[in-house]
Amino acid sequence: MPEKSKQPSLFSASVKAEIDKWIKRYPADQKRSAVIPALHVVQRSNGGWLTTESMDAVADYLEMPRIAVYEVGTFYSMFVHEPTGRHKINVCTNVSCMLCGSDEIVSHLQKRLGIKLGETTPDNKFTLREVECLAACGGAPMMQVNRDYHEDLTPEKIDEILDGFE
Amino acid sequence: MVTIEIDGQKLEAESGAMLIEVADKAGIHIPRFCYHDKLSIAANCRMCLVDVEKAPKPLPACATPVMDGMTIHTKSAKALAAQRGTMEFLLINHPLDCPICDQGGECELQDTAMGYGSSTSDYADVKRVVKDKNLGALINTDMTRCIHCTRCVRFGQEIAGIMELGTTGRGEHMEIGTYIEESVDSELSGNVIDLCPVGALTSKPFRYTSRPWELTSSETIAPHDCLGSNIVIHSRFHEIKRALPRDNEDINECWISDRDRFSYEGLNNDRLLQPMIKERGEWKEVDWETALTKVAQDLNKIKDEHGANNIGALLSPSSTLEESFLLQKLMRGLGSSNVDHRLRQQDFSADDIAPVYPNLGLRISDLENLNAALLIGSNIRKEQPIAGHRLRKASLSGANISFVNGIDYEFSFDVAETIVVAPSRYTSQLAGIAKALIDSGASAPDGIANLVASVSVNDAHRAIAQQLSGGDNSAVILGTQALHHLDYAAINALATAIAKMTNSSVGSLTDGANSSGAWLAGAVPHRVVDGAAASRSGLDAQKMLANHLKAYVLLGIEPEFDVANAAQAINGLSTADLTVMLTPYVTDAMRAYADVLLPVGPFSETSGTFVNVEGCWQSFTGTIPSPGEARPAWKVLRVLGNLCEVDGFDYTSSEEVRDEVARMSSDDADLAGGWRCPTELKANANEVRDSIQAVSDVPLYAVDATVRRASALQNTVDAKTTQSVGMNTQCAEKHGLSNAEQVRLSVSGTEISLPLQINDRVPDDCVYVPAAVPATVMFDFSQQAVQIQR
Ligand code: SF4
Ligand code: FES
Ligand code: FES
Repeated sequence: MPEKSKQPSLFSASVKAEIDKWIKRYPADQKRSAVIPALHVVQRSNGGWLTTESMDAVADYLEMPRIAVYEVGTFYSMFVHEPTGRHKINVCTNVSCMLCGSDEIVSHLQKRLGIKLGETTPDNKFTLREVECLAACGGAPMMQVNRDYHEDLTPEKIDEILDGFE
Repeated sequence: MVTIEIDGQKLEAESGAMLIEVADKAGIHIPRFCYHDKLSIAANCRMCLVDVEKAPKPLPACATPVMDGMTIHTKSAKALAAQRGTMEFLLINHPLDCPICDQGGECELQDTAMGYGSSTSDYADVKRVVKDKNLGALINTDMTRCIHCTRCVRFGQEIAGIMELGTTGRGEHMEIGTYIEESVDSELSGNVIDLCPVGALTSKPFRYTSRPWELTSSETIAPHDCLGSNIVIHSRFHEIKRALPRDNEDINECWISDRDRFSYEGLNNDRLLQPMIKERGEWKEVDWETALTKVAQDLNKIKDEHGANNIGALLSPSSTLEESFLLQKLMRGLGSSNVDHRLRQQDFSADDIAPVYPNLGLRISDLENLNAALLIGSNIRKEQPIAGHRLRKASLSGANISFVNGIDYEFSFDVAETIVVAPSRYTSQLAGIAKALIDSGASAPDGIANLVASVSVNDAHRAIAQQLSGGDNSAVILGTQALHHLDYAAINALATAIAKMTNSSVGSLTDGANSSGAWLAGAVPHRVVDGAAASRSGLDAQKMLANHLKAYVLLGIEPEFDVANAAQAINGLSTADLTVMLTPYVTDAMRAYADVLLPVGPFSETSGTFVNVEGCWQSFTGTIPSPGEARPAWKVLRVLGNLCEVDGFDYTSSEEVRDEVARMSSDDADLAGGWRCPTELKANANEVRDSIQAVSDVPLYAVDATVRRASALQNTVDAKTTQSVGMNTQCAEKHGLSNAEQVRLSVSGTEISLPLQINDRVPDDCVYVPAAVPATVMFDFSQQAVQIQR
């Protein structure tokens, strides 16, 4: 018989309050609808990435199976599961972007930042990640920096964008 | 109804039905991977594309509702091209190494590729590789083979009711798994092996042991719970390789429990291969004739010297109908009525008013149609997983399922009310529900109103009373912990009273595979076949063991695990002049207390019949011959009957035995039984000061000798958590105990010592002690009050 015992919550009071605000927007028996905003809240409070424990805490708080939270957390590329730099660059290499030259975009980004896909610059400023289609195929090739989409990329355009970050 | 045409065949179909269902019913095959008729529609594999006239593109048959006048071609050029295209995409990432895949030869992908794919692929790039997952002792993974049909994920969510597998990542990075290293622990988990259309999820114990085409299959009945799930056993060279479900919509649908699937591993361990007798303390292998002649002579001698009343027989509730019948016939032929299969029952005071055989009170398949149910002393999910699944379906469609239990069990469905109390308080809780019913105007059976007059009623009682009276489809069901309860008669009477007041059915979920059959066959001390009163009543199981008889005949049991008070049993058996065991297995413990060991075949090596808890007789034949000199128990009993010179033992087949019982059984047996008002509520009579109460259950992988020997099952989380005793935080603090500390419990002179697991599922002032596991063998489960030793 598996045991049952009470686990203390991982959330701080402010995180809890913020999640509660989201929960309130949905019917009481559909708390789990708040999973995406809750993961954002938790990710922000944890320096920009999600630990397994923090996803578990979200699952327990929203009364949903843990694996269901992992599903959401790993599906969307805005959730990160490793420590990251201050700015996240997500570059799409899916079909449309690839056909429109994402290979060149990737190699330019790697050269300019001096890191490979999946790595973070030594000064912890940028993390470069390869992602699946971000549903902006119309503007392929594209990348997302933090929450902003940048489309119809060229190496020059990339330099301009990255220069904008101190 | 609508009329459609598939491949030129005009068909009537339910409007709203999906194309694939209609085609399946008409026997028109459409290839598929993700579709399964017991799961929700995912429509993610696209293998079922068909050509629908007037539709611009091929449509997925599993997700296209039929419409009047639809004309469908499943084999037109357009359909075939679509299917071939899908097949090619599916194979892009799938390894083409069927010869080293365990699924080879029974793989839906392999078969479909042969039938619908093309022989070459244009894909020339690298294939993706996915790391295998460790899902525990039962399921093996080869995740690179996964085609992401999500059947396994939907099974967890929809059928098992605990979501353990999921799809993580996206696109090229999508994977099926648990994300973190974690085993899949559902009691129904093995069904994903059947569901998985490829070799991604396969059976760990079966893996690489044979190819499907080398296996001989035989249909049989699962022997571990009272439902009698239909299974097929696959064997090779007379060795059982695996067990799979057989469809039976009335019982197990297309599922089986992990216990029924993996227990076969236990059939090969500790086997007794030769009859043996103990002479002056030395064990000696003998032939059958010597062994049986000795048993017959000794039994007759004891009968002559001490009277037949000094002989007793105990049998497993999973013995077949035929075995049960022959054993009681032998006993009664010798002149003794001491025969019983109720090895864990304590309270026999309602024997005279029991129904002809204990039964569920409704059809198994009707469990899912209930709108309210009260279960008493039951962990239905783990004890009868298939019944648990039916109840889950009821719960999903809005039924109120409530429990009065000694443990706050975790269920895979929403529970309306759970009353968790110490065992001694079961009756007061039921009385509370009865009182709530009376308060709301129900007319109670005679005597109940008086009996419950002074009990206090709480909200939970009122809620349960209201749920049960609310609908017209409600049931009250006693689980094994109620059946084994010291106060069973009162619990049963109160449960029946509640059922009467709410117009609910009442029944029980019994031990073993054939409790109902054992009753029917007369394997109880006070009744013969079909519930007729025995001319002379004998001793029940507990009294037989307590009374130190001169001879015991045991069939299919391991007393140290299977009876309530093992210490007492072993004492009785050791001091008897003759202890004969008909057993498939032999252990050192048995060698110590037995005098004659007779090797008999387990269910897989004998023909026989199990009568399940709804009264359905299911006969089966042996799957493989017995190893060594082991023989079917019915044959051994037949010869023994003849040697003991008891009349009527001239059977030539087990079918003859069955038919004789059938001839003596009436079609309209009294399945309700009588009712008698309890004289008092012994509410707290068993609560002793300074002691705490033991709550126990038989964990699902400890229920019988075969399961206890099944190695993979013994490595599951469910089996591993039975090596400790449980107390809640309150109780542990009160006794100054901390988690993992060794606790010494004593009861009636015996003591056990086990680590403590703090567990808030246990009620206050109680300690949970798992029964039928090695660590608690010497514990006396027939007592409620136990002492904690310092
Ligand atoms: S593991 Fe099997 S059942 Fe599960 S998604 Fe993959 S192919 Fe389908
Ligand atoms: S393929 Fe890059 S955004 Fe869709
Ligand atoms: S069976 Fe229809 S899409 Fe998979």
